[in-house]
Amino acid sequence: MRHKRETGKHQEGPHSSLHSASGAKDKSIHLDVNGEEYELVIGIHRGEIAPCHTLAHTLRETLHLTGTKVGCDKGACGACTVLMDGKPVPSCMVLTVECNGKKIKTVEGLRDPGTGELDPLQQAFAEHSAFQCGFCTPGILMTSKALLNKNPFPTEQEVKDALSGNYCRCISHYHVVKAVLKAAEKGR
Amino acid sequence: MSSSGYRHVGKATLRKDALDIVTGAAKYIDDISVPGMLYAKVLRSPYAHATITHIDTSKAEILSGVKAVLTYKDVPEWKGGIPFPHKRVLDRRVRFVGDGVALVAATSGEIAEEALELIEVEYEQLPAVFDVEEAIRPGAPQIYEEYPNNVLPPGCPFFGPTHLKEIVRGDVEKGFKEADFIAEGTYGYENIPNPSPPEPPGVIVQWDGPDKITVWSSSQCPSLIKIKIGRYMGYPEFRSIGAQCGGSYGSKNTPWVLVFYAAALAKATCRPVKLYYTKEEHFSTYSLRLGSRIHAKVGIKKDGTVSAVAGEWLVDTGAFSDMTQGQIAVGCGEAQIMMSSCPNWHLTTKTVVTNRNASGVVRGFGGQELKSALIPLWTLAMEKGGLDPVEVFKENFIKPGDGFYWRDGKWYVCTGIDYRKTIEKGSERFEWKRKWKGWLKPTAIKGTKRRGVGVGVHGNADVGEDDSEAYVVLSGDGRAVLHCCIAEAGQGERSSICKMVAEVLNLPLERVSITDPDTMVNPFEFGAVGSRGTYAIGYAAIEAAENARKQLLELAASKLEEPCEELDTMDGVVYVKEEPKRVPWMDVLGVSRTITGHGRFEADYSKPNFMMTFVEVEVDVETGKTELVQVLQATDVGQIIDPASLNGQLYGGLGSAGIDTALFEETVLEKVGGRILNPNMIDYKWRIFPDLPRFENVILETPISTHRFKAVGAGEIATAPGPSAVLMAISNAIGKRIMAYPATPDKVLKALGKI
Repeated sequence: MRHKRETGKHQEGPHSSLHSASGAKDKSIHLDVNGEEYELVIGIHRGEIAPCHTLAHTLRETLHLTGTKVGCDKGACGACTVLMDGKPVPSCMVLTVECNGKKIKTVEGLRDPGTGELDPLQQAFAEHSAFQCGFCTPGILMTSKALLNKNPFPTEQEVKDALSGNYCRCISHYHVVKAVLKAAEKGR
Repeated sequence: MSSSGYRHVGKATLRKDALDIVTGAAKYIDDISVPGMLYAKVLRSPYAHATITHIDTSKAEILSGVKAVLTYKDVPEWKGGIPFPHKRVLDRRVRFVGDGVALVAATSGEIAEEALELIEVEYEQLPAVFDVEEAIRPGAPQIYEEYPNNVLPPGCPFFGPTHLKEIVRGDVEKGFKEADFIAEGTYGYENIPNPSPPEPPGVIVQWDGPDKITVWSSSQCPSLIKIKIGRYMGYPEFRSIGAQCGGSYGSKNTPWVLVFYAAALAKATCRPVKLYYTKEEHFSTYSLRLGSRIHAKVGIKKDGTVSAVAGEWLVDTGAFSDMTQGQIAVGCGEAQIMMSSCPNWHLTTKTVVTNRNASGVVRGFGGQELKSALIPLWTLAMEKGGLDPVEVFKENFIKPGDGFYWRDGKWYVCTGIDYRKTIEKGSERFEWKRKWKGWLKPTAIKGTKRRGVGVGVHGNADVGEDDSEAYVVLSGDGRAVLHCCIAEAGQGERSSICKMVAEVLNLPLERVSITDPDTMVNPFEFGAVGSRGTYAIGYAAIEAAENARKQLLELAASKLEEPCEELDTMDGVVYVKEEPKRVPWMDVLGVSRTITGHGRFEADYSKPNFMMTFVEVEVDVETGKTELVQVLQATDVGQIIDPASLNGQLYGGLGSAGIDTALFEETVLEKVGGRILNPNMIDYKWRIFPDLPRFENVILETPISTHRFKAVGAGEIATAPGPSAVLMAISNAIGKRIMAYPATPDKVLKALGKI
């Protein structure tokens, strides 16, 4: 793994146009994770990306971004949800080798990178204790983030529908729905 | 006193770990690595019951990266379970599909996984048994040679020399003679649902020398790991460190099987070893609820009071008992709390082993399992008498002055809250009187849809269970550190205990911190289990804070030359009441002195808590599908400590194998080969956000005298009343009794005679 540089907050677009899956030399892939660009070597040695590695595995084990949780590892519980080019995906169901040129945002990247200020969703979740054990929270936050990006003022039903793939067993759902709606309200 | 008189208690405050949780910084067990750590995997039995006739690990051992392969031939002689000890680390005999056969430690999880495939095993299959009554029949396959008829010895010795094994009191013959209505029959709660915390169980174990072990775990109570597993291992020097716990609901109290596996490998390799289960392992080889079946008879009088209960409670614990006899003891205690008016009991119990994945501790702890079978039977008698179940529960639930036998076999007299007011408030808010139309009568009919209501009740004397100790250390910088060995498993307990300490010391909450859950740096603590956090753990912490405050003021009194009783403290400053004289703690303590206050709580079983669950369902009689429309939880907690955390606990009645075990949750066990057919989160059904019912909590605050803030806990009991309430509601909606859990569409249509 080579950590290249921190990209600016407002820098848009894939850094990977030269390294897209088809055009890559197939030895390495480029990932933008939370605004930092990584070049990851494909291989089977320690620190390399094996073809079987999921994005969740790479984030946690290779990049040490352990905020993303793995619950079922089968795409059913949503705990590992991250944003890929703005869309929520279960990172346990994506192979890292297929992510060349992708922009990934994890829970660690939700804060404003410049000021360190919490995202309004994080703020609302903290204020409403919208979690109990907290294991599902990173996934729920990322799904909610994707929703608010697309639909800044959702109805209660739209929040529930968006979160239908996120498992929570402590039953923090009621607090979560309230927190997402509060965060949206603040954005008005 | 209302919460308005307090600075922190009862107020909405940020949970102390809130920022860590919302930023992803909170460290769960799989987020922790120890230098040199190896990864473990377990080879598991494909058969429900078999003897290993041949096992060859040589190919696995030579795979590059593999550091150890262990079988029953070379694991330490540790054993666990009740009776102590009966379950070995690995055995030549495997007793359920998924039982451990061999352990591998390797430099990566992938290599360990690959090594499993290189282990060659030959088995001789043995006949297996999966039904609790077939298991106790003469001639049934014997699962342990030492336990004839598959019945484990009764009782949990941990609860003391007279521990409760059954309820035998009064004269049941006389009680049935006095009864006006009697119901008799067999009821079960046998869908062995999975509490299914989102985070699978995991541990890291390291040995520093042959007799010094450190265990990091996702346990709900790291202190119990030391107490229980330390004993199983012959009391080595034992350090237990907890991580943030990603859900437990009791199931991660003491994951001793995982600790045994990782500890055996760590010993063999002289390196730390992490074992983190996959979700499939979690579902198919880790704690399920108890299987519960009763053959019983309940007699009640015209006024609804119970005059006699007799019968047998058969408890299916699966392949071994973790804490089953203890759960039976608590369940028996809770049944008396619920039917406190009944003087005549003859309810015997049996703990039975079968060839399936074992049951373990789950929120509800025996009480949910017993009541989910006993309440439906009881309601048959209520139906005969045309009695309203809310009124019957109100008449029977324990009141101050009533007595009961608790888990230690001792008689306790209730000195807690009279919950009749809670029942009335709950019933009023739910509009029970308007919705209740009588037994087997729907509340409303619209086309093919039938509405029905049901109610369940539960209470546990565990709010003051076991002992707790805490230290509070004050320093000159105006801060306090609470030394208390509790992990955060979702109840917000670590934060709530800090609130109590901050209240006593009149400090901003940010100036009170709590040590990591580590048995090396903290005094004795049983753990944040049951509903004991608020009263038991809180009491010790409060006493420690009061003691520290007293020492501080005494020291300040001599410096200020003022009488101690004239002094008070706020925000790290000691001041003289009614006078402008003030000194910061730094002037009292300096930089080189701290004050340590000590607190201790000793078990008090005299204050049962309370939960009543009201539900409304809508059943489609064409499809058999039931929708949960509304849930209302009614409780009285004395004093709310943290509103959001308490509400979260009450909402939790829907999760952790609670209310939904009456609707769709079940572990499907195939009873020929003994495989679990739905060991994953797609086939095991769970409630999704769009299917949330309307949910209200009615929380009363009737002060209890023995706690500084007049509070008792109520978290653990949120799930237990739900399942029987749902069965009642569905039965009322469709006009036919539903006899088994979960009430899936096929059972509903069958009851309606449509299939």
